[in-house]
Amino acid sequence: MLTRRDLLKYGITTATLSGFAPRWARGDDGGGATSPFVTKPFIQALPTPLVKSPFSSGPGCVDRLPTTGVKAGPAEHQFIDREGCAPVLAYTIDVHEAFHTFHPAIPPTKIFGYDGTFPGPTFHARYGEPITVRLFNNLDKNHVGFGVPSITTHLHNGHTASESDGYPGNFHDSGTYWDNHYPNVLNGFTQDPPATDSGECMNTLWYHDHRLDFTAQNVYAGLAGFYLLFDDKDCGDETNGNGFQLPSGEFDVPMVFGDKLFDADGQAVFDFFNLDGILGDKFSVNGAIQPYMEVKPRKYRFRFLDAGPSRFYALAMSDGSPMVRISSDGNLLSAPIVQSIVTVAVAERHDVIIDFSKYLVGDKVYLMNRAEQTDGRGPTGNLLSPGDPLVEFRVTSFDRTDVSQIPSTLRIPPPIRRDLAVTTRNWEFNRGNGQWTVNGKIFREDEIRASVKCNTREIWNIKNGGGGWSHPIHIHYEEFRTLSRNGQPPQGFEADRKDVSVLGPGDETQVLFNFRDFHGKYVMHCHNVVHEDHAMMIRFDIVP
Amino acid sequence: MITRRALMATLAAAPFAGARAAAAAPPSTGGRRRFPNPTLLTQDNERVAFYDDLMKGKIVLVNFFYVECTGICPAATANLIKVQELLGERVGRDIFMYSITLKPLEDRPAQLKMYQEMHNIKPGWTLLTGSADDCELLRRRLGFADIDPVVDRDTANHIGVVLIGNERLDSWMACPVQSDPKQIVTSVSWMDR
Repeated sequence: MLTRRDLLKYGITTATLSGFAPRWARGDDGGGATSPFVTKPFIQALPTPLVKSPFSSGPGCVDRLPTTGVKAGPAEHQFIDREGCAPVLAYTIDVHEAFHTFHPAIPPTKIFGYDGTFPGPTFHARYGEPITVRLFNNLDKNHVGFGVPSITTHLHNGHTASESDGYPGNFHDSGTYWDNHYPNVLNGFTQDPPATDSGECMNTLWYHDHRLDFTAQNVYAGLAGFYLLFDDKDCGDETNGNGFQLPSGEFDVPMVFGDKLFDADGQAVFDFFNLDGILGDKFSVNGAIQPYMEVKPRKYRFRFLDAGPSRFYALAMSDGSPMVRISSDGNLLSAPIVQSIVTVAVAERHDVIIDFSKYLVGDKVYLMNRAEQTDGRGPTGNLLSPGDPLVEFRVTSFDRTDVSQIPSTLRIPPPIRRDLAVTTRNWEFNRGNGQWTVNGKIFREDEIRASVKCNTREIWNIKNGGGGWSHPIHIHYEEFRTLSRNGQPPQGFEADRKDVSVLGPGDETQVLFNFRDFHGKYVMHCHNVVHEDHAMMIRFDIVP
Repeated sequence: MITRRALMATLAAAPFAGARAAAAAPPSTGGRRRFPNPTLLTQDNERVAFYDDLMKGKIVLVNFFYVECTGICPAATANLIKVQELLGERVGRDIFMYSITLKPLEDRPAQLKMYQEMHNIKPGWTLLTGSADDCELLRRRLGFADIDPVVDRDTANHIGVVLIGNERLDSWMACPVQSDPKQIVTSVSWMDR
């Protein structure tokens, strides 16, 4: 276990609050346009998305779901009747428009929301408990403004059948519903005998819209939420000595970051005519602009998610205190890593432990974004000092013992079997005539760019074609292992499992996949969702 | 060659017929804020106001080009001709296509007219020029400028996307102008709500 003494060794001594004065919400961070509101920071508490409750449970739970409207799909689900895959819980999500308050100084903003909320409700799922989620599209078909009333819902990270993966072309319109089946199973479950390894558990997932050509608009409109997946070790109970004892309950806090721009009416502005990537000048966390959070002097687990559309974050504590990173893209690391700056690209999820026990009651410390970014190309690489405050932590009193732990060993992934790779593919992410391409081609829904044989391993070389652009590349369905970055072995968290390979200008990574279980169509794309919507995506199919 | 009949249809249909139709359409939102309204010239040397006459209340496709382009334009124009064929009679009725020149000093109405006839571009698809400042304003506001000034100056490799939008719904998207014409038509249908 990492003890308090170990942390001290890493340089965390007594609270050294440096008299840091947060900048009040700036009008413009260089991204261009400015929201015409002064938003005083730290006057609203950090919102916590509601935990979603199932509609029905037990055998036949899906049959008891409401059937309002027309069923758009899917026609069938792979393996849904297999032992261990049949849904034991069934949920409904009502996707509709609503008004959301980002800040008291800004009039209510029209959003698209899962259950009408932003962020959407948080799912608490468990390995071994398959679920079905019925998504009702109740968006206004006469909707005016950015976002289209047509959706397809992707569970980012999920080991999910194609028909439940939110494939961009599987969109369904207002007045229809679609069932996504999430079996919550380990990769390799269909092999005989099952070749599963608990080292492949995934824990912090998110769900978001993936509508072909409109992902950026629909996610910016509000279609994003957390899906937390628990297992025997990451069990959501810090008092359970058989588990990792990571901070749980109120001390396990998801945080989704999203930058927004508002017009004079308080409506979110989406610049349709900027195909580079868009930035906002207001920083929201869980849907509130620069909130505060009261924390007890103990350990917390924060699950950081960058929901985009185009901003990269470099998260740091205002007093320079290190954070203990325990995951990468929602996958627990082999061992925790101490970092004073945690970078988060669009769609990446990184869990960290922050220990507030060194602070005194009444202390304030800030979560900062220190990444400088002035346009859609990506971060400049400069670290701002101090940067932009995102959350004010206010330390309060705590009269109980903190029983949570930071294990020195977390999730050991299966060994890398590069020798078993049967195919190598090369993908270059590029730009030509202002269009975003992969290997010089634009996305076509009906063009299969790779057919991957199920239950085989492949090596993919993923290259940034240059021009000063950053591209966070997300490959659906399987986690990968990074074999190299720019010819060198991966360092730190990148040596563990990931599903987003971040390509800075000129970067090239080599990653290894082990494609298993389900068949069907999936995508790889740039998760600067503005690039994605402008065709920087490929379809690959997993075939028998 | 354009036939006399087609020419007459051009003159009769576009763009003023559309402007009248727009007057009956529900009020649009944000359009005046979103779009400048400079006066442009068509291939027929007609003066048109960009927002009021060409955009307001309409479903539109907009791209940039220039007559002597030997880069992306020939293929783009050929592709958009297929799009126009697939959209059929709706082009000029409630769907309008616009190509704005990147070289307004060289591409005057006479050059645009020649380009229209050479490619047998049918009515409902209007070629546009204007003052250098106005064309540049539109190029920048509509997202046809590259963020890298060196790339941006390379006119031979200009941005090859087509904007597709429904002004009444304030709904917009862009897709590569070389996309499968059927895909572009599908995209138009998403705007046609």
